[in-house]
Amino acid sequence: MTQSSATVPAPRYGVERWGRLSISFTAFAVALAVAFAFVPVLFSLGTTQKATSLLILVLLAAMWNALAGYGGLVSVGQQAFIGLGAYATVWLCNHDWNPYRAMIVAALFCAGVSVPLSFLVLRFRGAQFAIGMWVVAEAAAILVSLDQSLGAGTGTSLIELNYYTPTQRQHYTYWLTLGITVFFLALLFLLLRSRLGSSLQAIRDDEDAAASVGVRVLRGKWILFVIAGAGCGAAGAMTLANTLFIEPTSIFGVDWTAYMIFMVLVGGLGTFEGPIIGAIVLFVIQNEFGDNGVWYLVGLGAAAIGFALLLPRGIWGTLEERFGLRVMPVGYRLRREGT
Amino acid sequence: MTWVNAVVQGILLGGLYALLGCGLAVMFGVMRIINLAHGDLAVLGAYLVMVVLDHANVSPFLALLPVLPVMLLVGYGLQVTILERSLRSGVLVPLLTTFGLSIVIQNLLLEQFSPDVRSLGGEAGSVATASWQVTNDISISAIGGLVLGVAVLVLGGLQLFLSRTQAGRQMRATAQDPDTAELVGVNARAVYARATAIAVAIAAVAGLFMAIRSTFFPFAGPTQLIFAFEAVVIGGLGSLWGTLAGGIVLGVAQTIGAQIDPQYSVLAGHLVFLAVLASPRGGLFSIRGATT
Repeated sequence: MTQSSATVPAPRYGVERWGRLSISFTAFAVALAVAFAFVPVLFSLGTTQKATSLLILVLLAAMWNALAGYGGLVSVGQQAFIGLGAYATVWLCNHDWNPYRAMIVAALFCAGVSVPLSFLVLRFRGAQFAIGMWVVAEAAAILVSLDQSLGAGTGTSLIELNYYTPTQRQHYTYWLTLGITVFFLALLFLLLRSRLGSSLQAIRDDEDAAASVGVRVLRGKWILFVIAGAGCGAAGAMTLANTLFIEPTSIFGVDWTAYMIFMVLVGGLGTFEGPIIGAIVLFVIQNEFGDNGVWYLVGLGAAAIGFALLLPRGIWGTLEERFGLRVMPVGYRLRREGT
Repeated sequence: MTWVNAVVQGILLGGLYALLGCGLAVMFGVMRIINLAHGDLAVLGAYLVMVVLDHANVSPFLALLPVLPVMLLVGYGLQVTILERSLRSGVLVPLLTTFGLSIVIQNLLLEQFSPDVRSLGGEAGSVATASWQVTNDISISAIGGLVLGVAVLVLGGLQLFLSRTQAGRQMRATAQDPDTAELVGVNARAVYARATAIAVAIAAVAGLFMAIRSTFFPFAGPTQLIFAFEAVVIGGLGSLWGTLAGGIVLGVAQTIGAQIDPQYSVLAGHLVFLAVLASPRGGLFSIRGATT
């Protein structure tokens, strides 16, 4: 016989940040990052170069997602920072800097540029911000191509890297890219877990509602804008080191935005893991179908439309929703205690 | 006098930018979205005229006549397939889908028509080359004057359509408040589709004039989109006559920049645009609450 007690204890809930899955996955991610450090030792130079470009894609996707997924800022002009990062590296090397040190300083320079720029462009939302950034990128491309010392419109190469043997060069470039990518991913991870992260996720869900409960929307966007500026600048510098040659029309090209939008939409806008998956998808597609020029780009555009309309949370967001997965613990979840 | 001539040429060039911006302004005014494929649709219009010219030996202006209904249908189809769904999913999605569409259109044009740079100036005959010598230094080209005239006619026509016709009143009502408009019997979906159809058809007109005045190629769209958007923003988002003023300001900025050094032409336009964005009012004619 059941014994009825006078008071049924109300179910108690606790806030959980780490689950078993997320602990093991975070450990796995850290282990993966460490394992990635051995790629140059274990594989050929060609593979290392491809791995470098994959890491650059991951970095770019994570940066664009930080802006659009958390800040609600769709930028069509992040190539401004990619180009500035690359050309700042060239400029520093022309002034007798060590190329690898120059790449890091170039990323910091891009963060510096993004501060005054943010006062101009962050006043806008939606399309005005999107195209305003695009115009900034176009203007930057023209300014760079007017400068003869940077190779003008015909492009320039990073001859200073010739002091290294090809093997050294590819290895150093890879390790620096890995370090930078891991740094920015860790920065985003810590940022999203912090108190500020909660407000960023609130901005993502509804900017006006977030503002009405006291979230400082502009400050959140400002931080994301500066981080994304530095990250895209670093990606530009690493692209230069990986391909050795750049020209203004391609490094400042709007194609970069097309790739970033594709990666983030396919992977999952506004999720931490999604852009990484999107970058892997783009990397595989580029390697498999990149030669089919026209149809490859038609496919990328069509996929971006399809995902935006039919699967707006992308691959990862959809999986997360359906199975309640949470592998990287950037959010909170309620757990019934005592069960 | 060369400076006066630069201003005159800038005003004429502004007509083209106003015509390009007009469709953007209509869509922004009615639906609050910017179509990032607008420039590519203008280029598509130019290619369609070229296709007609391949089959019939007529003037490009005559060849535009069968293209216009096709572009109206393209706009209508675009609205009911992609934009309508995008509109329902928030403010970011229309930007993402129209950017995707832009890439698709560019590469399909490349696939169909090769990357060659083309012009319809030759087909247009004397209109493209004739000019009126005002003084020794100032001349007004026939095509420049024609574009400006057409821009004024299109903008005036739109203004009349919006203020005098039933469909225009429905469009203004929907622009102000789609839910309330539906309550009094307006079909907002149909209004949106009509607005996009009109915007895309005007883009084709602008595309034709761009093709006659200068050149076009499959990837010409993004630059035209930027110019169109700059004209719309300088004029104050959503104001039709503001778009004409914005186009002229942009055109004059570019020709004066080019007068200093041809390399500065486009840059000068960008800088004026950014300066206007930075100004407290954010547009020459931005009037709160004014629709289209």
